[in-house]
Amino acid sequence: MLNYLWGGMILLGILVAAFTGKMPDITQAVINSSKEAVQLCLMLLGVMSMWMGLMRIAEKSGLIAALSRRMRPILRYLFPDVPDHHSAQKYISMNIIANMLGLGWAATPAGLKAMENLQELNPKKDTASRAMCMFLILNISSVQLVSVNIMAYRAQYGSANPSEIIAPSLLATAVSTLVGIMAAKMLERRSRA
Amino acid sequence: MRFLFILSDLMVPLIFVGIITYGYMRRVEVYDTFVEGAKEGWGTILHIMPTLIGLMVAVGVIRASGALDLFSQFILPLCDRIGYPAQIVPLTFMRLISASASTGLVLDLFKQYGPDSFVGRLVSVMMGCTETVFYTMAVYFMAVNIKKTRYTLVGALLANFAGIIASIYVTLWIFGRG
Repeated sequence: MLNYLWGGMILLGILVAAFTGKMPDITQAVINSSKEAVQLCLMLLGVMSMWMGLMRIAEKSGLIAALSRRMRPILRYLFPDVPDHHSAQKYISMNIIANMLGLGWAATPAGLKAMENLQELNPKKDTASRAMCMFLILNISSVQLVSVNIMAYRAQYGSANPSEIIAPSLLATAVSTLVGIMAAKMLERRSRA
Repeated sequence: MRFLFILSDLMVPLIFVGIITYGYMRRVEVYDTFVEGAKEGWGTILHIMPTLIGLMVAVGVIRASGALDLFSQFILPLCDRIGYPAQIVPLTFMRLISASASTGLVLDLFKQYGPDSFVGRLVSVMMGCTETVFYTMAVYFMAVNIKKTRYTLVGALLANFAGIIASIYVTLWIFGRG
């Protein structure tokens, strides 16, 4: 997908520039943008390393595992087909907790594991079970406590208060997650009828 | 509303306090563990740098060509009618497809309007509550060979859409048009 998207953006840009007479700006943009991307990465390197260090403590102390266990009652409601203590439950909660803490790289492996385990419980192997649909909708509308990247980007571009968007983001993400859960519950009832 | 600002200020410090305190309770060598984890920052950055360079260049070219402005002008009347900010229309669609390409667009908006403008704040909030629907679905379903995804796409798009609408209202409510 990105192979078409990326090439398409550049070709379209150059084509439009040919008509708007902005050809000289294109070269400038190519050089400046790549330079800027590296500057941004340097900035991100600091914040990312800091966050990953902190999260390693959370992982090693068992905090993430403890939080995952706390989620069991919620998971029972969301995934009635997944029996208690099934490993799917563990991976789903790990995925959700990792997403909440902004740990994308830890969320994906746990999420894929969860899918494998849900597939074991799935009677029709080529069709998504209702637990899978719920899991993906939940994952996509993920609740996130802090978006570290966005804060770093905001700081880089001179925000007076990079963290001011945390609470607003929480509100908005709560709405999207609730709507996702409601939609999944309603759609699953309809598809069974 | 005051509470929300306090919450924003407190979130990161609270996470620090929570994690370090829990670490002490469980007798984890917090500093050594921190350093060990922080080492992985390099790897992550090295991993995302090439994609970020590629996509920021692509967004830079589109921006410099004037194509984004043309597009915004084109859809402005429609957006005005439904009260949707025209500047974020390209991001709205890109967000469904690619995380890195949408990051490129966000950075471009930060540069153009500033992160503390209405648009800057709006996209900051939006990025936190939306996800790359198509990409995530492809990765997760392909991993276990599911072909029929049933109502997942509809549900995910609904959640995404609700997130965008909520972002607009929340940003307007808390920060105003600023």
